[in-house]
Amino acid sequence: MANVGTLNKPVEKEVKPVVNNVKFKEINYKKIDQMESFNSFVKKKNTFLFGVTAAFLSLYILLPILAFTPVLQQKWIGNITGVWVYAAALFVMTVMLCMLYTKMAPKFDKIAAEVLAEYERDGGR
Amino acid sequence: MNLVTIGFFLGIVGLTLIVTYIAAKRTSSASDFYTAGGGLKGWQNGFAIAGDYLSAAAFLGVSGAIALTGFDGFFFSVGYVVANLVLLYVIAEPMRNLGRYTLADMLTARFNEKRIRGVAATGTIIIVILYMIAQLVGAGALIKLLFGIEYWMAVLIVGVMMTTYVLFGGMTATSWVQIIKAGLLLFGTTLLAFLVFSKFDFSLIKMFDTISTQHGDQFLVPGMKYTSSIDSVSMMMALVLGTSGLPHILMRFFTVKDAKTARSSISWTTWITAIFFSLTIFLGFGAMHFVGIDAIKLENAAGNTAAPLLAEFLGGNILLSFIAAVAFATILAVVSGLVLTGASAISHDIYGEILKDGKLTEKQQVIAARIGSISIACVSIVLALFAQSLNVSFLVSFAFCIGASANLPVILYTIYWKKFNSNGAVAAIVTGLVSCLVLGAMGPNVWNPVEGAAILVGEPLLKLSVPAIITIPLGFLAGYLGTVLTQHKVEAKKSKEIYQEIRVKANTGVSVSDVSH
Repeated sequence: MANVGTLNKPVEKEVKPVVNNVKFKEINYKKIDQMESFNSFVKKKNTFLFGVTAAFLSLYILLPILAFTPVLQQKWIGNITGVWVYAAALFVMTVMLCMLYTKMAPKFDKIAAEVLAEYERDGGR
Repeated sequence: MNLVTIGFFLGIVGLTLIVTYIAAKRTSSASDFYTAGGGLKGWQNGFAIAGDYLSAAAFLGVSGAIALTGFDGFFFSVGYVVANLVLLYVIAEPMRNLGRYTLADMLTARFNEKRIRGVAATGTIIIVILYMIAQLVGAGALIKLLFGIEYWMAVLIVGVMMTTYVLFGGMTATSWVQIIKAGLLLFGTTLLAFLVFSKFDFSLIKMFDTISTQHGDQFLVPGMKYTSSIDSVSMMMALVLGTSGLPHILMRFFTVKDAKTARSSISWTTWITAIFFSLTIFLGFGAMHFVGIDAIKLENAAGNTAAPLLAEFLGGNILLSFIAAVAFATILAVVSGLVLTGASAISHDIYGEILKDGKLTEKQQVIAARIGSISIACVSIVLALFAQSLNVSFLVSFAFCIGASANLPVILYTIYWKKFNSNGAVAAIVTGLVSCLVLGAMGPNVWNPVEGAAILVGEPLLKLSVPAIITIPLGFLAGYLGTVLTQHKVEAKKSKEIYQEIRVKANTGVSVSDVSH
């Protein structure tokens, strides 16, 4: 018996989750969690996600810090001061990182599917 | 008020009621009611989330703030836009993979304890009520101004409308009202910004030159509203992290079928909000230059009518009526989303799962959800009627502060931290919530030596207007300490097994349909 029933109430109906059109009767989460391929996938994904998050949050919080210093208060282009340029750069950053994510995510989906395929190949138990 | 205004006004009301009528036919189960059956497409949910972001506070408040304080007002725009990335990178997909109807569902997928559900639902209800009072009071004042209706009647009209959408059409109606409104708002803002920009010969340089020479350089740098770096850092932290902890935003991720659609939703939202908030510069500067600061302040001291006044200058009565109607739609859509979220916490979390052990039939759940909607709407309307004379717009930033301090730490720990336990979860939520409320009550939004400037007269004990810079670290610290100080070896094996399941589900999306039951 897999660990499906350990969560919340006992499972009343038969569980047939669908992953990539593969139907599992039950899922042995413990086994997937201990698979080497799964762990390296999670590590790789989290490194990417948290690395990018740390970077954009740092750049973001620099705005209200630098905005009160002469650096960003100077006029950069015509009468446009540094704060506006920096703020506009944060907008551009947001859209670009959004595109980066949508480009990376399908790759992670693919690895996740491979992990589940490996799990299934090994008998799913 | 004239025929054109009434026409646009009735058009909005009519359109949203048709949507509600169609949605009502499709709303029969609890899942239909709370999550539109999980059947929204990515772009639809993306527009609906954008609809949640673009509240009256964002549309009217930000453009007014830029008109009156220049760059200080634009801080909000930057915060709202970058907040999308936090949602996209660390929250949206695991949330979709683990949750069902509410934030509490997602937390109890890991810690199946009633006290976790209880504190999470309490946090949700507090955020919803604070946010809603601010929206309703703003709505009442705005409608009074635009249509000349008495405040109490304006609040009642909005109250009845929002309850109607939610009661009959549930999440389907609420989502479509949001989608329609986001589309209209985007169109209206683009039009206004285009007209302003054309008057500056489509030159940013010329626009900034005009502001600099005719209004002064102080509008081009921060300092008119925020005098210290620390106050604005604190507010910016609340905005960027709080969005990911707002229950009405989180709930939107359950309206789509899987993590991929959740991802594309927030991608749509990112584009929409980035475009919209870029345009707030033109709205703000346009209002400052063409309407004039004195004229804006004369109508509303906080500048909330800057955008409608600008519309009147640019396009006469017709454009004014259109923008006013869009502002009305904005208010209706946002408060409907809040009613639904409040109802999910009261009816699903507290009544259905805690009091009735999750043993309600499908029909009972829908009845409970409807009763919950009416209750939360009534409470908010009564509070809004009492709060008429108070300056409550700061409550929105408070809601963000609680989202960032009470909800975000517990969400992140639940998804990503193996050792996290239920004591830590309770500690994080309670500490985040209480510290925001206590420190907020000591702050300058509540206390001001000048009578009428804040709720109470006196020196504020704490200078920060938004205490996020203190409360967010407190929330994270409480979650950490609560966990490490109460590590029980006995339960270690079972909680390890549950986390294994959470980790696999969050990362692969396997068995989404089976999560909390």
